[in-house]
Amino acid sequence: MSPIAAPDQINPGIEDVIADAERHKHGSDPIADQTMVINMGPQHPSTHGVLRLVLEIDGETVVSLAPDIGYLHTGIEKTCEAKFYQQVVPLTDRIDYLSPMTNNTAYALAVEKLLDLEIPAKAQWLRVLFNELMRLNSHLVWLGTHAMDIGALTVFLYCFREREQLLRIFEAVSGQRMMTSYIRIGGVSLEPPMGLFDQIRAFLLDFPSKIHEYETLLTGNPIWINRLKGVGYISPEDAIALGVTGPPLRAAGIDFDVRRDMPYSSYEKFQFNVPVSTESDVWARYVLRMQEMRESVRICLQALDGMPEGRIVADAPKIILPDREQMKTQMESLIHHFKIVTEGFAVPAGEVTSSVEAAHGMMNYYVVSDGTAKPYRVHMRNADYANLQALETMCKGRLLADVVAVIGSIDIVLGAIDR
Amino acid sequence: MDPAILDTQAVFDKFPDEPALSALSDLATAAKYDREELTVTVARENIIAACEAVKAAGYNFLEDVTAVDWYPSEPRFQISYSILSFSLKRRVRLAVRLAGDDASLDSITGVWPAANFYEREVFDLFGVHFGGHPNLRRIMMPEDWQGHPLRKDYPVEGYR
Repeated sequence: MSPIAAPDQINPGIEDVIADAERHKHGSDPIADQTMVINMGPQHPSTHGVLRLVLEIDGETVVSLAPDIGYLHTGIEKTCEAKFYQQVVPLTDRIDYLSPMTNNTAYALAVEKLLDLEIPAKAQWLRVLFNELMRLNSHLVWLGTHAMDIGALTVFLYCFREREQLLRIFEAVSGQRMMTSYIRIGGVSLEPPMGLFDQIRAFLLDFPSKIHEYETLLTGNPIWINRLKGVGYISPEDAIALGVTGPPLRAAGIDFDVRRDMPYSSYEKFQFNVPVSTESDVWARYVLRMQEMRESVRICLQALDGMPEGRIVADAPKIILPDREQMKTQMESLIHHFKIVTEGFAVPAGEVTSSVEAAHGMMNYYVVSDGTAKPYRVHMRNADYANLQALETMCKGRLLADVVAVIGSIDIVLGAIDR
Repeated sequence: MDPAILDTQAVFDKFPDEPALSALSDLATAAKYDREELTVTVARENIIAACEAVKAAGYNFLEDVTAVDWYPSEPRFQISYSILSFSLKRRVRLAVRLAGDDASLDSITGVWPAANFYEREVFDLFGVHFGGHPNLRRIMMPEDWQGHPLRKDYPVEGYR
């Protein structure tokens, strides 16, 4: 059976837009006869990827908005089911490609819960350190693109200047700039190289001045203020009902952060504040993320100061690949290496949910095992997917130009939405 | 980690103060406490009532709706609802089992509008029908796609 029945049905194009327009007419107010349906995306610089929006507008006012997603759907969840547990880690990098190590952490936590593995302190500290650096990385891309959407191009260049330093840190520790796969089941993949912590510390000590630099470009800028203040409001009740998490939820006055409230990977041992605002507009989300970056710097410095000594992977030879040196000198390690690479490792049956606070909000991994070496089901719950549902509530009744600002403020990555 | 409790009555005895269990005492057909996670199975006709009950018990935030295909065993589909409480800082998982030849249940979009996209995704990728959903269309795959890719009898490489 072929999934494509007739070639002319592959891309419905304009018929699709017209059909959407018909659908939108029903249920709108009587003014709907005068509204216009326009298509925004998937190739649009302000939709941050391949998001398509079908907008019904009355003059310049948004009457309704329907996101159309799936352009980046690559079936990662299906692919995971065909891989060994350890082979899924590189796939998770590609979900939210702005914070790959956060994805790795969420997946590793889920599998470790299934295996009941104890993770050594140093690996946990490294995870915290790199999760927070990933938050900085993600927020820098958010700030640069958000400001560029509003028209402040310079900020983008400055943000990417700092992001380049971060990418060099990730490259130094994992060998890859973006698809790092650094955090593995049972710990992390490599010992950080000599001098890396000094490099990170130098970056962190300098970074608050860079945040200040962005703020001097934006916070007092009248165009920035007028485009952001009072735009994209969502009530806290709506935010909860629509499943919003992360900075947009905290900007709506709900004080919930997985790192503090349901700690994982030793976050309970770090001191940090969770910024909360009650204004719930684009401006509040901007201010809140800037504060979050400062808090992330604090957490990173604590992680560097208190970095424990010891192993970077759990003591589980049947699950974790042996050290290269051991593998070449010890028969038993060689056997373990061979077995893990060729057969994987069996994971006890069960279902678990792991939850981490990613840069965009709560990220959950739901992993079901049937007792074999391949996951029976892997499901990623990314904040972006639920936050996108709230877009219509935030944009309804506002101007068309505000849609761009609101998309920037919920900070979506289409890789995490479409999977 | 606490040992798993797989017996329904034992779970209820172990957590007499758990608000989700008290709320679901009439509706639960099974309950388990495995790897420090509470899973309560309910019958499919009770899913809306179960969601309203846990919501009233303080579990106010719907995180996720997804499915697992246990093909070829029956009942084939398991729909998993992950529900979080901001105040209790805990989550509970509601599960519904559905037969393969009658994979349909009620939509919970009336309780949590957040379920909208999640149920569309399950409909798209598993072919499970949600009655009362406001806009049950494919979300990931093209509208004219045939088959439901996350079903276990759908090949990983597709049909082509």
